[in-house]
Amino acid sequence: MSQRAAVRRKQAIFRWVTVSVVLAFFMLPLIGMLDFTTKVRRGGRTMATWKTLMNVSEISTKYPALKEGFIASIGLSVITVVIMLALLVPTMTWVRLRLPGMSRLVEFICLLPLTVPAIVLVVGLAPVYSWVFYLFGESTLWLGLAYVVLVLPYAYRALDAGLRAIDVKTLSEAARSLGASWFRVMWRIVLPNLRTAVLSASFLSVALVLGEFTIANLFSRRNLQVAMYQLGKSDAKISVAVGLLSLVFAFVVLFAMSFVGAQRSGSRRRRRPLAAAVAPAPAGTGSVKEPS
Amino acid sequence: MAKSPRSGTRALGGIKPSGALAGVVPFFAYTTVFLLIPTLVVIIAAFVSDGHLTLGNVRALGNAGFLTALKQSIILSALTAIIGAVVGGILAYAVSTARPDGILKRFITSLCGVLAQFGGVALAFAFIASFGAQGMISAWMKKAGVGPSSTLWLYQWDKGVLLVYLYFQIPLMLIVFLPAVEGLRPQWREATETLGGTTWTYWRRVAMPILFPSFVGATLLLFTNAFSAYATAAALVSQAQPLVPLQIAGTFTSETVLGQANVGKAMALAMVVVVAIVMAIYAWLDRRSSKWLVR
Repeated sequence: MSQRAAVRRKQAIFRWVTVSVVLAFFMLPLIGMLDFTTKVRRGGRTMATWKTLMNVSEISTKYPALKEGFIASIGLSVITVVIMLALLVPTMTWVRLRLPGMSRLVEFICLLPLTVPAIVLVVGLAPVYSWVFYLFGESTLWLGLAYVVLVLPYAYRALDAGLRAIDVKTLSEAARSLGASWFRVMWRIVLPNLRTAVLSASFLSVALVLGEFTIANLFSRRNLQVAMYQLGKSDAKISVAVGLLSLVFAFVVLFAMSFVGAQRSGSRRRRRPLAAAVAPAPAGTGSVKEPS
Repeated sequence: MAKSPRSGTRALGGIKPSGALAGVVPFFAYTTVFLLIPTLVVIIAAFVSDGHLTLGNVRALGNAGFLTALKQSIILSALTAIIGAVVGGILAYAVSTARPDGILKRFITSLCGVLAQFGGVALAFAFIASFGAQGMISAWMKKAGVGPSSTLWLYQWDKGVLLVYLYFQIPLMLIVFLPAVEGLRPQWREATETLGGTTWTYWRRVAMPILFPSFVGATLLLFTNAFSAYATAAALVSQAQPLVPLQIAGTFTSETVLGQANVGKAMALAMVVVVAIVMAIYAWLDRRSSKWLVR
């Protein structure tokens, strides 16, 4: 019994030492960012950068590129989330109900973007986008079509966890036998039941889109990250402040989601994200029961 | 696949099998255009030039510039993968001993999620702001009288870039490896102790063999992650193109040079090949390691 306690104590000490050291490494550059944005040349502090950042009218007159990028990123987030939901929710529900044999294929496709480097995707997308820009005009917002692909793996996992937690089959059988159309089933039955999963898929997508740089930069489009990157060369303070803000925003999203998603019964699956991603183990080999 | 007999009840029927297939058409059409075609474009265009089949693009990869970049990319990815895996692995174990739903674990996993997946340009900025000429940490180092006199090191691929890459590799290791560490059952430790084993025996004979495949798998994943990273490197390195993703971007923006675009595709194909090899090893390992984990 006392040996247990000793092990516990040792573990606790080890935990705190390790976590403190690594956290210091994680936090120092972030604190460095805060320090950089508030520094005055001869020592002392100023909140001028942050005040500018919070002042919408000043931002839009002094940094039109930043405003343009920010608006583009917001638009891109909305487009990406809408297309992602419209594409994934019906398909995943439908596959679950009517085409269970296809679930592996759908999973494989959804997780594929994890293994294709974004830079490679850009190279391959170039001809596709030369058509898109040619047919529909040069708007930055078309990038949303490619962003849907980028967010597929994350959105898929979130929605999959949600679908696991509800009994789609019984719900839709009930609705169908009461005379609901398939559209009604989707809109009034499945979607409300997937509320949490849809929310987390959407927030993850938004965070991802707000942080996207590679595709926009190489297609010479200006989103938030590209604007920040370009601004870094002329006005470092404001761009570092924007960078810090975007990191904090992503953190708040993930931290909040860790509370929301925790009680879902599908969470066990979500806890091995990348492992499940690359090796959608075929039935029979991967599902070896635990030999305990 | 779709023709397999379904146990659908009448309420779910009403649409014939062909109709059921129609339900997934939008999804497949979309992913074909924006995922499969781009992938095929890279593979096919690497062997095409002016409408002819050619090995010229692939042969162009043999030039010294690309080979150096490839070598440096691989070294950088391997180094950050190994260091990241060791440090992140220790961190993952430390976190796994905390309370399962405690605030510490939530905080660390969320922070790691941000740094590993959403950082990009901002991470490079964080290091420039801290280690640059007017940075907080450079100022500390100057005061302490240690550290290099110039801040040039920050922009070199084997120093500064390596450090920044660790800044997203260690967090990724935590995210990938934590489930494996959490799969270690306390009962296994108790069983070892009952049989007279020490902590060392437990680690040497029980925990390490179980964790080893996951650990190697996670290391491979970190490798591909660093190998594919672009945003951070692009924000940090502006002068040269020491890494493959930067070289691809270079061919992409300078399409005035004839045939460069297709060389870029050949480079992209080379990247895909490297990633595919690593991923194949990973998939094989993952199947082995999943034996010991609850799916």
